[in-house]
Amino acid sequence: MENSYMKTAASPMRARWRTHGLPGWVQATPYSLVFLLFFILPLGLILAVSFWDATEYEMIPAFTAKNYLAIFEGCSNTAELCVSFKTYLSTLKFSFLAWACTLGIGFIVSYFLAFHVRSSGMQTLLFVLCTIPFWTSNVIRMISWMPLLGRNGLVNDFLLSTGLVAQPVEWLLYSPFSVVLAFVHLYTVFMIVPIFNSMMRIDRSLIEAALDAGANTWQILWNVIVPLSRTGIIIGSIFVITIVMGDFVTIGVMGGQQIASVGKIIQVQTSYLQFPLAAANAVILLVVVLMIIWGLTRLVDIRKEL
Amino acid sequence: MDGKRSPGFYALAAFFGLFLLFLYGPTITIFVLSFQGPEGGLTFPLNGLSLHWFHELFKGIGVIDIGSALLRSFKLGLLVTTLTVLLAVSAALAFRKSLRGGGALFYVTVASLIMPSIIVSLGIGLSFRLLDGAFKHFFEWAGWLDLLDSFNTSMGLYTSALGAQLTWTLPFGLLIMFAVFNRFNAAYEEAARDLGATPWQTLRHVVLPLIGPAVVGVAMFGFTLSWDEIARSSQAIGDLNTLPLELQGLTTTVTTPVIYALGTITTLVSFVVVALALGLAALGRRRTGRRG
Repeated sequence: MENSYMKTAASPMRARWRTHGLPGWVQATPYSLVFLLFFILPLGLILAVSFWDATEYEMIPAFTAKNYLAIFEGCSNTAELCVSFKTYLSTLKFSFLAWACTLGIGFIVSYFLAFHVRSSGMQTLLFVLCTIPFWTSNVIRMISWMPLLGRNGLVNDFLLSTGLVAQPVEWLLYSPFSVVLAFVHLYTVFMIVPIFNSMMRIDRSLIEAALDAGANTWQILWNVIVPLSRTGIIIGSIFVITIVMGDFVTIGVMGGQQIASVGKIIQVQTSYLQFPLAAANAVILLVVVLMIIWGLTRLVDIRKEL
Repeated sequence: MDGKRSPGFYALAAFFGLFLLFLYGPTITIFVLSFQGPEGGLTFPLNGLSLHWFHELFKGIGVIDIGSALLRSFKLGLLVTTLTVLLAVSAALAFRKSLRGGGALFYVTVASLIMPSIIVSLGIGLSFRLLDGAFKHFFEWAGWLDLLDSFNTSMGLYTSALGAQLTWTLPFGLLIMFAVFNRFNAAYEEAARDLGATPWQTLRHVVLPLIGPAVVGVAMFGFTLSWDEIARSSQAIGDLNTLPLELQGLTTTVTTPVIYALGTITTLVSFVVVALALGLAALGRRRTGRRG
């Protein structure tokens, strides 16, 4: 990480000597083919099929808006929200809560690691400790909350024995609370890594200068560190928000399969082979997510930050 | 920032400690509970200590054969790892030359990384269903009726699921390699070339040893991400499930600690892979350090 300032020294992309060996497009072809076949083509097909017709057992190529109309059926009613709007609102609410919690925790953790841990060995060790759970199974990490949050779980045992509650608390598990808790548990790492990375690039002499100019800790934090960590904050936010917007696994497992989300609707429709309807839902979700990302990326250039 | 610790330090350190407890506490809980005695339940107290639930696990849970699911996941993981390393490193090398369409390829990579997984999964599932339809029409047209009868689907572990997982692992691989090459001193390559090394010799004896630790890192991402992958393969898996997909189905039906035993085993596999990778990377760095 201490070499990051050398970045500019390694940029001669067009240096003549580099053109020997295999041509670049040959080296990049297998990689590109994977994305062509398993990413671009499927996305194109989703868009096309979202306009198709379907019976109960087969898809019929057509050009009809009926899938979209079916999704927004009843949405012109202003007295009560239609199912689709309710589901989107609920998914957006989860995204917002998960985003706010992971950002808060991720920022504090990164700030501690970057500015309060002095030896770089200790810094690396603690950082790796934060990231190791990311490489283990998400479902197992969700299941591991069950002995803690269940009706007879440790948290309820504790609350009952201290007399804080008379009855076991029911909303700890299979509830919006447990869903958000699991999101924070699983995805705070997506905030820590980019924010910590941004913070490590901050020139320490800027902080010295702020100190010399008489700034207190809060002023340094708010006027120097937060603006200079902006890129990391935005990259982390994009990750967390897009993951939660499309989630169906965490909401399914931690919500006891009782809470609706956009991803869950798509998953259920796919498993019933209602592909055109699922595709139309996917297109709408994609448009919503792209709008959020577009809003966020206007503030940052990802490529410069690697 | 020098000298005495500020009072803020202790508050932040306490916060960090609580965060680590939050991260690891639940995993430690189910690790302990997986050694529950035969009479024990899903929560504390521990009713004796035993390996009972691990034995139960390998007898199978209901109709699910855990052993073969584990093996399937492992094989798929190895294949994903190999392909992730080969394709991502090769593509990263291409990006260092003048690559037409490089900008577009980079944006596709980032798009794949942040695209909601259910959309990718639906798209791949849909593509293979349309492909199956095309196959059936073709067999019918060609008059291959035996084939038409026996043909079920082209979806499977090594076709659709493999592709689905690669759209998730390759972006991590490429971005890691980008970060490495951004800090890579090209003078070593230039020196090798000046001394008459062929492109292959330069790659094999100069570049690869220098980027070795990063390549190990890419392999680790490839394996661990594949080993736990659910969202992208869920709609594109075909007839036989991987371990995490079986596991997801089990969460609502299993009521014994056998599921904790399964959790302990899969987590241990991940830990072993991470430890191996970190160890290898450290070793590689020491070796290049001594040579340099």
